[in-house]
Amino acid sequence: MKSAAHDFPSRARAGLQNPDLVRAMARARTGFIDKRRAAVDALPEYPQLRRIAREIKEHTLQHLDYYLERFEARVREHGGHVHWASTPAEAQAIVLDVCRAAGAKRITKGKSMVGEEIALNEALEAAGFEPIETDLGEYIIQLANEPPSHIIAPAIHKTRDQIADLFHARHAQYGLHERRTEPTALVGEARTVLREKFQTADVGITGANFLVAETGSSVIVTNEGNGDLTNTLPRVHVVTAGIEKVVPTLEDMSTILRVLARNATGQEASAYTTLSSGPRRAGDLDGPGEYHVVLLDNGRSQMLGNEFHEMLRCIRCGACMNHCPVYHAVGGHAYGWVYVGPMGSVLTPLMVGLDEARDLPNACTLNGRCREVCPMEIPLSDMIRKLREREFDERLTPPRTRLGLRAWAFAARRPALYRFVTSLAMRVLGLLGRRRGRLRRLPLAGGWTGTRDLPAPAGETFMAAWAKRRVEKR
Amino acid sequence: MPNRVRQSPDDATARPRVGLLVTCLVDLFRPAVGFAAVRLLEDAGCVVDVPAVQTCCGQPAYNGGDSGNARAIAKRTIEAFEPFDYVVAPSGSCAGMLREHYPRLFPTGAGWHGRAQALAERTHELVSFLADVLGVREVAARFEADATYHDSCSGLREMGVRGQPRRLLASVGGLTVAEMRDSDACCGFGGTFCVKYPEISTRLVDEKCAKILATGAGVLLGGDLGCLMNIAGRLARESHPVRVFHVAEVLAGTAGRGIGERGR
Ligand code: SF4
Repeated sequence: MKSAAHDFPSRARAGLQNPDLVRAMARARTGFIDKRRAAVDALPEYPQLRRIAREIKEHTLQHLDYYLERFEARVREHGGHVHWASTPAEAQAIVLDVCRAAGAKRITKGKSMVGEEIALNEALEAAGFEPIETDLGEYIIQLANEPPSHIIAPAIHKTRDQIADLFHARHAQYGLHERRTEPTALVGEARTVLREKFQTADVGITGANFLVAETGSSVIVTNEGNGDLTNTLPRVHVVTAGIEKVVPTLEDMSTILRVLARNATGQEASAYTTLSSGPRRAGDLDGPGEYHVVLLDNGRSQMLGNEFHEMLRCIRCGACMNHCPVYHAVGGHAYGWVYVGPMGSVLTPLMVGLDEARDLPNACTLNGRCREVCPMEIPLSDMIRKLREREFDERLTPPRTRLGLRAWAFAARRPALYRFVTSLAMRVLGLLGRRRGRLRRLPLAGGWTGTRDLPAPAGETFMAAWAKRRVEKR
Repeated sequence: MPNRVRQSPDDATARPRVGLLVTCLVDLFRPAVGFAAVRLLEDAGCVVDVPAVQTCCGQPAYNGGDSGNARAIAKRTIEAFEPFDYVVAPSGSCAGMLREHYPRLFPTGAGWHGRAQALAERTHELVSFLADVLGVREVAARFEADATYHDSCSGLREMGVRGQPRRLLASVGGLTVAEMRDSDACCGFGGTFCVKYPEISTRLVDEKCAKILATGAGVLLGGDLGCLMNIAGRLARESHPVRVFHVAEVLAGTAGRGIGERGR
């Protein structure tokens, strides 16, 4: 998908003012937070598990080339193909070639953030294919022609009523005319429509939660079972995955799975965990005739060697956004790209460019709750701060902010000057606010006083009062 | 006084020497918090001094990406506070800056890194210092109120401040503290964030205010003046009569005029 991250301020405003979003987010938030809390509390060994999971990832990243090569060799042994793509454009081209060679028309898709990263639907449609999202959330936003607003629950911003309207409008073509509102009825309706698509698809494209080096398997976890139909029914199965998804062994995968499910949805395990390790073998009852894995770099190998390398531990669980107050307030679409919330505020600038996404690292209170819950202990706040440093160094910080910061720092480095200026300012503010105890308006401080009163200062600073006290004490 | 460390008051050499990091907001906006901190520390047996060369801990520069200035300010602060046994701040966020972030401003191995690290290890947030280091279990103060307590993010997550203020507040005569939902959720202050993204900040502080109001408490307490000014400013703008104090003022028994209240 094309980035709209530069539009953060206006998109954030739109989110803040959208009453449906406010309602949807309020419900989702408590659901995610409470369920995760309960799932984590129910597992006494969670802290150890989390540590081990983190170590597995860290170890793999240290030897990423080795494990990727191993993975590739295994896939080849099983008769599958591995393709390396360094950019989204390359990845698109590879997938399109595979689809063309297969003479495909209809393409079913499982939920994949890398698929969004490389704007696969747009590319497939432009090339004349018919891509169909089969994850319920992805299906909903595809019908609505919207990008995902959450990495686990892509349609989280939609209320049930909106979905009912959407299905009512878009399913008439299949002879489904009744407007249903019950969740089970809505799911049933989507099933009916999707069933026919599953049976007639030529290519199935999924993402991967893991790539297992030991066995050459790509692994997806879902709760709907749509992934299984996507990767077994069509003639060709294509996996798109970031290179950081590899883990050494099946054992490692299952360790991280336990952490992932608890943090993502508060489950002990997701309903379906599916391993694909190659095309159908002689004697197999089903499975695709061809199996392709597209490994995407898109800036990842560069991160491997720099101060952002810890971000590659991310397992896309979504816990950071579920606990982010800014994400709740503005919604996922404000971030303007695939990755949202705290992890998006780090990844988006690194993948689409800091100048394009310069607001994202700034729109953060550095409250640290994301880091606290992140199962991979990724220091998100520190990375966000590092991106601000980059902005400052590359002069992407707006001139007014820069100037203000400079002037303030000039004084803060010179105590005598600082004392002089601040005591004068506080005396004035103190006088202005003496009657009410607070100020309702203040020139140049509209950012504060637009919605908040400014508590008036006492007038005399602590340092001045303290100096007097010391004189008196003598 | 029950909380005084048992040492003869004139045995000044044996008493911990504390350098008070006043913090810029307390210095400029609410000196009463600084004096409350001094009183609490002195009552607990410390010798308190306030280095005159301190200005601000440098967070605005550091969080604004200007690490050059942050480093320069950090050096000044380190020099100013090195002579003390402890550095104590009535703010989890400023104490966190010294403890968590100063060492990171300098490359490991450099002289300044070592000095920053040494100071970091002696730096504390006021209330946790009283409780965890000095072993203060109770205070002699009275304050008639039903209150609720907001956990500021840095205090909570960088300095581990959570139970200490609640335990000490429990010893304040006449005071009850009711928990609000999500007391650990950010209030939307975030330093310069609140003026850079005022609309988002306002939504966050509105959510915080709603949770405060839901407790029915007449008083809000907390340990960081930035958050408290933000919340008090919004409560006042929306005409909610909740009074707001820094926890140190209540513990020291000096809480008079609430934040943003007119003189009485
Ligand atoms: S950054 Fe951490 S919490 Fe956020 S999605 Fe990645 S692993 Fe999960």
